[in-house]
Amino acid sequence: MELNDHKEALRGKHVLQYPYRRATGPILGRFFTDIRDFGRFLGVKTATGKVLCPPVEVDPDTLEDLSVNNLVEVGPAGCVTSWTWLREPRPGNPLERPFAWALIKLDGADSALLHAVDAGSESVMRTGMRVVPRFCDERSGGIRDITCFVPQN
Amino acid sequence: MNMAEAKKPVTTIKTPVAIHYDYSIGAGASTFMRAIREGRILGARCPDTGKVYVPPRLTSVETASPMSELVELPDRGVVYTYCIVNIKFYDQVLEIPYAYAYIVLDGADSAIMHLIQECPVDKIRPGMRVKAVWKDPAEWTESMENIRYFKPTGEADLPIETIMNEIRKKSYA
Amino acid sequence: MREVAIIAFGQTPNRRRELHRNEAEMLAPVVAEVLKGVGLSRRDVDFTCSGSSDFLAGFSFSWVTAIDALGAWPPIEESHVEGEAAWALYEAWVKMLCHEEIEVALVYGFGRQSMTSPRDVVTLMNDPYLETPLWPDAISQAALQARALLDAGLCTERDFADIAVRNLRHAESNPLAQLSGRPDPDALLETPTIASPLRKHDCPPITDGACAVLLAAGDRARALCKRPAWIRGLAHRIDVQALGRRDLTRSRSARLAAEAAGAIGTWIDIVEFHAPFTPQDWILQRELEIPEGTVINPSGGIHQGNPMMGAGLVRFGEVAARIIRGEADRGVAHATQGPCLQQNMVGVLEGE
Repeated sequence: MELNDHKEALRGKHVLQYPYRRATGPILGRFFTDIRDFGRFLGVKTATGKVLCPPVEVDPDTLEDLSVNNLVEVGPAGCVTSWTWLREPRPGNPLERPFAWALIKLDGADSALLHAVDAGSESVMRTGMRVVPRFCDERSGGIRDITCFVPQN
Repeated sequence: MNMAEAKKPVTTIKTPVAIHYDYSIGAGASTFMRAIREGRILGARCPDTGKVYVPPRLTSVETASPMSELVELPDRGVVYTYCIVNIKFYDQVLEIPYAYAYIVLDGADSAIMHLIQECPVDKIRPGMRVKAVWKDPAEWTESMENIRYFKPTGEADLPIETIMNEIRKKSYA
Repeated sequence: MREVAIIAFGQTPNRRRELHRNEAEMLAPVVAEVLKGVGLSRRDVDFTCSGSSDFLAGFSFSWVTAIDALGAWPPIEESHVEGEAAWALYEAWVKMLCHEEIEVALVYGFGRQSMTSPRDVVTLMNDPYLETPLWPDAISQAALQARALLDAGLCTERDFADIAVRNLRHAESNPLAQLSGRPDPDALLETPTIASPLRKHDCPPITDGACAVLLAAGDRARALCKRPAWIRGLAHRIDVQALGRRDLTRSRSARLAAEAAGAIGTWIDIVEFHAPFTPQDWILQRELEIPEGTVINPSGGIHQGNPMMGAGLVRFGEVAARIIRGEADRGVAHATQGPCLQQNMVGVLEGE
């Protein structure tokens, strides 16, 4: 037996798994609670009057803390600001058939959130199209309470 | 759609993560594992200091010189230090308390880590002579688990400080 | 400001999968080679800094195992960044600016991304509340940026293909290249999209590898190297992470880093972009105002090999190596981290 690197090294399959339970804080907590209980989206209004959805905890211009008092309703419909058609979904994706990833600016918001659009085919997708959310039957609090967005008819 | 009754507000979310690997262990560890499948324990000798490292590596830990000399080691040695585990954790199989030890095999200049069993935990000490208890050879694979654990041999202790000082001196070669 | 230069660079041949060696074993010959090339031994290194990712290796503190490649006895002064090794270069440079006693520093990066799915692992860098739970992969995210460029009328898919063609053609003169050649750009556009509009040629290859550079200061650099590649400027900036809050047709952090490094509006012979996706190359050309006629990615860039966690350091090494060999006088190197050119480092290197 020799100590060298001529023979192919031994290999083995290995999965690194962590359960993770994350504290949301008050702003994301309200954001997820309103989606879960009311199918309603909230954005945070900043000092300059811009509304960010998903909301953030710190004003990006003044660096002041924001609070639930700064939350305003946005959407639920919105507009696609960019998109891509994924032919082969990956493990863990919201859908198991081909779908579009999209940045979606909900009505009333000045920033976009990332989610899936179940458009059925790439030819339906275009920047500027309007979409509405489709919610899960069983909602537990989290971004996946929204299964995906769909084209607005 | 399932409209909520008075539910508690969301304060935490679950975000599990699983990353899959097809892990390749490299040349030094492969040499070690292929040998242990045959019941042999291998180390490699540093050409500058003469220190024997277990498991073997392609380069010396202290001098980075390439190593090529393999050394076969016996499955017996001496406890350098140890730790008694008193806390249960997820997926645990052993009864607490149990002990892990760093063991310097006879002729080695580095320690391997393994379980100590067949010994009350309060009787384990540095310098205690131990020997490996293997699984049935029919069950051997490329794994340290071929050795189930180390147990005391009953022989007189070795002077661990003397052994460690001899090892340390080699580093200054 | 103290003068610091890159005096040596080495890397493993870029290959799809390292079948034989682990990280330390890949790295050891590279470190030995860069030291030997300038006649130094490991004991002449005053400071060491590395970049790598525990997520590629699959266990925490994985980078510690690589120290075997250095022989850390007697104990060495060492640091590490959990990320792209170009940021380890930055740390070593700053350290040398502040500490006169550090005359020689070793910086290295490595990774074996072939063992996992890098396209999905990088998603762990996204927002853990809002984005990672959906698992948007790296190619999909880059595609959102590509689409923004198409929508704005700034680029066509043919422009993206031309960038891949240019990189692969340059790679033909790189003996360590994993990929090279002269594909027809129209034929490339016939291939299916992965995440539209991105196709395979728009994306980085999967590469295992290790790389290292040596830094030296002032007269020590002149004594060790006939023509050191002096670091005239080095800076990095970071954008907000969320894609929905950025103008994806731009990389403001790349622009700001380039301004701070003195890379804008100055003459340069070559530039090496760490642009894993072709649209990012286009954006960087614009942000850094690269003059017509500058040779872009003479090494072949990321398309010829993407040893993740070291690929950015390789850009600095490739520019430095050409200056050291006298093939160039002044060049810009770039490195990036984060989705869609979120965080960017730009450096200006020059020979005397």
